[in-house]
Amino acid sequence: MIKYIVRRLLGAIPVLFGLSIILFAFIHLLPGDPAATILGQHARPELVDAMRHRLGLDLPLWQQYLNYVGDLLHGDLGRSFVNNRSVVDDFFVRFPGTVELTLAALAFAVGLGIPMGRWAARKPQSFSDGFITVVSLVGVSIPIFVLGLSLQYVFAVQLHILPASGRIDPRLQVPYTTNFLLIDTLLAGRPDAFVDSLRHLVLPAIALGSIPLAIITRITRASVLDVTHEDYVRTARAKGLTEKRVDGRHIMRNAWLPVVTVIGLQVGGLLAGAVITETVFAWNGVGKWVVEAIEAHDYFVIQSSILIFALIFLLVNLVVDIGYAFLNPRIRYS
Amino acid sequence: MTDQGPGADKNSNRQEVFISPTGAPMNVVQMAEGPQPQDFEVSLESLNQWQIAWRRFKRHRLAVVGTGIFGVMILLAIFGPIIWPYDRLALKPVTHSGGNPPGWMQNPRTLADPFGTDNGGRSVFILTVNGARLSMLIGIGTTVIAVTIGVVVGSFAGFFGGRIDGLLMRFVDFMLTIPFLFVILVMARFFGAGDPIVLTLIFGLLFWPGLARLVRALFLSLREQDFVQAARAVGVSDTRITFRHILPNALGPIIVSATLLVASAIVTEAFVSFLNFGLKATDLSWGNALASSQQYQIVGNWWWAFFPGMAIALTVTAINFMGDGLRDALDPRSRE
Repeated sequence: MIKYIVRRLLGAIPVLFGLSIILFAFIHLLPGDPAATILGQHARPELVDAMRHRLGLDLPLWQQYLNYVGDLLHGDLGRSFVNNRSVVDDFFVRFPGTVELTLAALAFAVGLGIPMGRWAARKPQSFSDGFITVVSLVGVSIPIFVLGLSLQYVFAVQLHILPASGRIDPRLQVPYTTNFLLIDTLLAGRPDAFVDSLRHLVLPAIALGSIPLAIITRITRASVLDVTHEDYVRTARAKGLTEKRVDGRHIMRNAWLPVVTVIGLQVGGLLAGAVITETVFAWNGVGKWVVEAIEAHDYFVIQSSILIFALIFLLVNLVVDIGYAFLNPRIRYS
Repeated sequence: MTDQGPGADKNSNRQEVFISPTGAPMNVVQMAEGPQPQDFEVSLESLNQWQIAWRRFKRHRLAVVGTGIFGVMILLAIFGPIIWPYDRLALKPVTHSGGNPPGWMQNPRTLADPFGTDNGGRSVFILTVNGARLSMLIGIGTTVIAVTIGVVVGSFAGFFGGRIDGLLMRFVDFMLTIPFLFVILVMARFFGAGDPIVLTLIFGLLFWPGLARLVRALFLSLREQDFVQAARAVGVSDTRITFRHILPNALGPIIVSATLLVASAIVTEAFVSFLNFGLKATDLSWGNALASSQQYQIVGNWWWAFFPGMAIALTVTAINFMGDGLRDALDPRSRE
């Protein structure tokens, strides 16, 4: 197992290396000059040249790349051209937002999907089963940002029940320590702010969680139905166990595995979907940050943040794969 | 089985329910008594593989509905802009900030402005109809490119195996681990966003790896099958084995993923345009319409975002239903 983990981690190195070259090439060939962007439209040409020199943009590309990789290996991911903040610092400000959103969406999908799937499986071919199946099919098809915009329009713009965008009302002025707002507000002892950040979380979490919700519902239904026809379930019923006990001890115990597997598979997709959700709801996370950086030609932020994001993506997938092996003794990695 | 949802749960009740030639579910007892089962058996045996698939597909009601909707969307994309052309100067006087509401909201019997207008007085109906063309073209163009690359790479890797396979699959792994949305945004900026052809090429070049992996897996399992071994034993050439013996048998899953690719390309285009990284604001696409409507949503003009948004959601839902039906119909393991 340890051998497998080491091999996967080593396998990530060429991926990240290749990605860094591609990103570097594209970003540095982007039309537009960051030095001119920083100084504004009317800057004198010699000032722009001086700025290019200061930022190291006047060196040949291969030298810029080697400098960048050298810094990277020393743990220096560069600084933003726009606000001169270190990319690492900013990442740890933004990333908790993405994690918070992803976990909330996952909680929504799991918390609603499993009961819905079990309910649908209870009476196959019934009206409620057909209804849930169609809803989950439609749910998987509606693009996150279309759903997000609709939720925003109905619940925020028209009904004023929930806030339309952002992570928290900025007037509440909660001190940020972890940047997980649900935790920060509690640490600050501010229940009002906690409720406010929770309310901000609802719509984005529903928008992001809708696709995993549909998938989890379908797989739970299928998995429960599969197990229901097994001999040991019939035996359990025959020996007179209560329906509740059959359900909990015999059916769900065995129906879990595919469900957990699918939940694990959703995490990667959720991280990618979070990028989309963040841009719709002006949610201050990694996705919004990268999109803004690309718009502002902020070279180091684009490169480094996408690299860190890729690394996290790889690690999450590795953890999910290892998780399988623990849950399913039939899988053995070598 | 008519009202049963498609998907992985088919096996669980296959023993109990059979389908009569008319598509009505019937149980085993009825089948043993009635005259239908014989008709059923006989008619099946005279059908070829595609006819059987078509028959199974027709039984899948949602898939048929989805195909119908998708067909209408294609027709709309082809003929819509001809019937209802977009005229940049055909602006209606705007009486509401953020655009006029649909005509039927005031007078249920009028057909004027069925989808309302945007803030500049352009008819949202015309925008939506004309947007269909670019969205569909990008969706289908992307799929053609991605399927071509995916099938070539996948069949090379799967057929030859060994070092070529290792190399190609490493590359596929690489492509699958890159955060692909960010890369699209960077590339869209780099290659000069705005050109639908460029956007299609970018999507096509990024969408193929999943398909390549699928095709490779199909080739790996098919090349060990008896009929391929037999063909090889009588000295059939590699090319002929690939095209005549393996590819036709791998076609089912390839068609299914190609269908679903169209949907994801349409969504991706809409999203990228929504972020203003995609098509020029003057090009008509569903994503562009959504992008420009979002900033005005506060004044309550739901129609501006609703109809283009519905067009995307409807198309994608229809394609997914179609894909589900195809998956069931083309699955060689289900012999019904």
